[in-house]
Amino acid sequence: MSPSTETAAITLDVRDLRMRYGPKDVLAGVTFSAKRGEVLALLGPNGAGKTTTIEILEGFRARSAGEVSVLGIDPARGNEAWRARIGVVLQSWRDHKFWRVRELLVYLGRFYAPFATAEVPRPWDVDELIDVVGLSEKANAKILTLSGGQRRRLDVAIGIVGRPEIVFFDEPTAGFDPHARRDFHDLIHRLTDFEHATILMTTHDLDEAEKIADRILVLDEGRIVADGSAEQLARELTTAAEVHWTSGGRRHVHAARGSDPTDFVRDLLVTNSDVTEIEVRRASLEETYMALVRRAESAQKKPEVQA
Amino acid sequence: MTTTTALDARWAAVLAGLSRGWIETRQNLTETVNIISHVLPPAVYVAVLLLTHAKATPGTGAAVVAMMLPGFLSMSIVFGGLWGPTGGITADREDGTLLRAKATPNGMLGYLVGKIVMFTLTTLLSLMVIVIPGVMIVDGLVLEVRTWLLLALVFVVGMVSTVPLGVALGSLMRSSMQALLVPLTCMLLIFVSGIFFPITVLPTWLQSLAQAFPIYWVGLGVRSAILPPEMVGAEIGQPWGTVEMFVVLGVWAALGLLLAPILLRRMARRQSGSALARTRERVMAKGY
Repeated sequence: MSPSTETAAITLDVRDLRMRYGPKDVLAGVTFSAKRGEVLALLGPNGAGKTTTIEILEGFRARSAGEVSVLGIDPARGNEAWRARIGVVLQSWRDHKFWRVRELLVYLGRFYAPFATAEVPRPWDVDELIDVVGLSEKANAKILTLSGGQRRRLDVAIGIVGRPEIVFFDEPTAGFDPHARRDFHDLIHRLTDFEHATILMTTHDLDEAEKIADRILVLDEGRIVADGSAEQLARELTTAAEVHWTSGGRRHVHAARGSDPTDFVRDLLVTNSDVTEIEVRRASLEETYMALVRRAESAQKKPEVQA
Repeated sequence: MTTTTALDARWAAVLAGLSRGWIETRQNLTETVNIISHVLPPAVYVAVLLLTHAKATPGTGAAVVAMMLPGFLSMSIVFGGLWGPTGGITADREDGTLLRAKATPNGMLGYLVGKIVMFTLTTLLSLMVIVIPGVMIVDGLVLEVRTWLLLALVFVVGMVSTVPLGVALGSLMRSSMQALLVPLTCMLLIFVSGIFFPITVLPTWLQSLAQAFPIYWVGLGVRSAILPPEMVGAEIGQPWGTVEMFVVLGVWAALGLLLAPILLRRMARRQSGSALARTRERVMAKGY
């Protein structure tokens, strides 16, 4: 093993990333990293800077400042060999509509073949891939005849045809029905469990982030406001806990300032012997996130009202 | 990554591009509108040839007719190579085809090779429509094995030197109005490049200007292939500058192949994923 095993496991490293359009800071110092095989969800309301972040990491957009390393290489200077190890699924493709599903995957796969290594055979076997994304029945269909969800699954297949070591998904399940969504989640698990790929996906759906991500990064107004597992996030983002109880036939409520209501509850039980129906409530992660989304949406509407 | 593997990867992209060109040609030729656009203009040229031939007097008249056939052939090559690609580039940018090529290792090279193959094959169709009746109508042509070999070579080199240039020009055009500048410029250059009348009747400075562009050399190549040796008298240099022709067209080809991927990558950078989403919204709202 090389002496740098520890650092080699880091596939994605972003430090103090900044992006400025005119007077507006879209990204105001974003810092995070990901290890090999990790699934990260970049969660945030519309306009939080998710797409900008992912486009900088894909090498499609120049950044204003900060350090970025994807598979050890700065995306702004990534060559074709680097490109071959990256998978990209953007929000809205409409390309190659006169091509057939299988035809396009075979064509795109050919570019990756020279980049195959002993550990990573490239490209993915096309028929197997079509099967994995559930498009076997449509393999010879023209792309323009696919439904929205099918087209999206093709985009995912194209994004991973080169067996990437890191995959960027921008809102991958937008327009998916619940069934397709579950299939997609299975695919993500397959990519991380068998292919050991690192995955960074953007989403504005907390439920989805909780289901598939090892770590959730909440992006708000160009800053990471929380970084951790769903449980850690629930603790970090939700501060106030409420203690409800019944005493002497009356309902009582206490809003515990500070993160841990245990001391208050212990005191309450010691000093008050007829306490029944005790209950500790915390704002759920969902409630906290929805509050954040609402604030972002009202902030976006303001300039339109003035105009 | 060693140099050999990088070269292998580029070669794989060229091969993939050849398959892309074949697939896109098939798609192109399944649309009736496209077939008409490939066949109609050359059919008109043939009609003009027929009418002129019927009125021509022996001597100078016959020479004019003989000059027209290589003229129409050169014009078709140049239009097919320069104007053909400019139209599709904007659409390829807006629907994400270029960004897809950028997301693929050596994808732009594959895209470009695909364009060269597709326009070479569709232009070949147009040329067939002219050549087959043309050699039967026009008298005094030299039709030997050398003719066909040279003609084929000039055609292929002509396409390889013009399509990347057409793609590069198309990537610079922001609107369809600007894209109209390409055929206009082509027409002007055709006029001064000795395509339809001997270039030696033009002022020397205009002759020198025309010689800087590939159009003149494609025209010269086609004439050298099918016109009898005595008609070389109407040319600037004598004998036919076959070697010079291949050198100049080769330089243009190298320039285009080098320049076009850079311009395309730059153009795709302007078209990021979020811009793509905005375009889709516009198309969905307005229908164009």
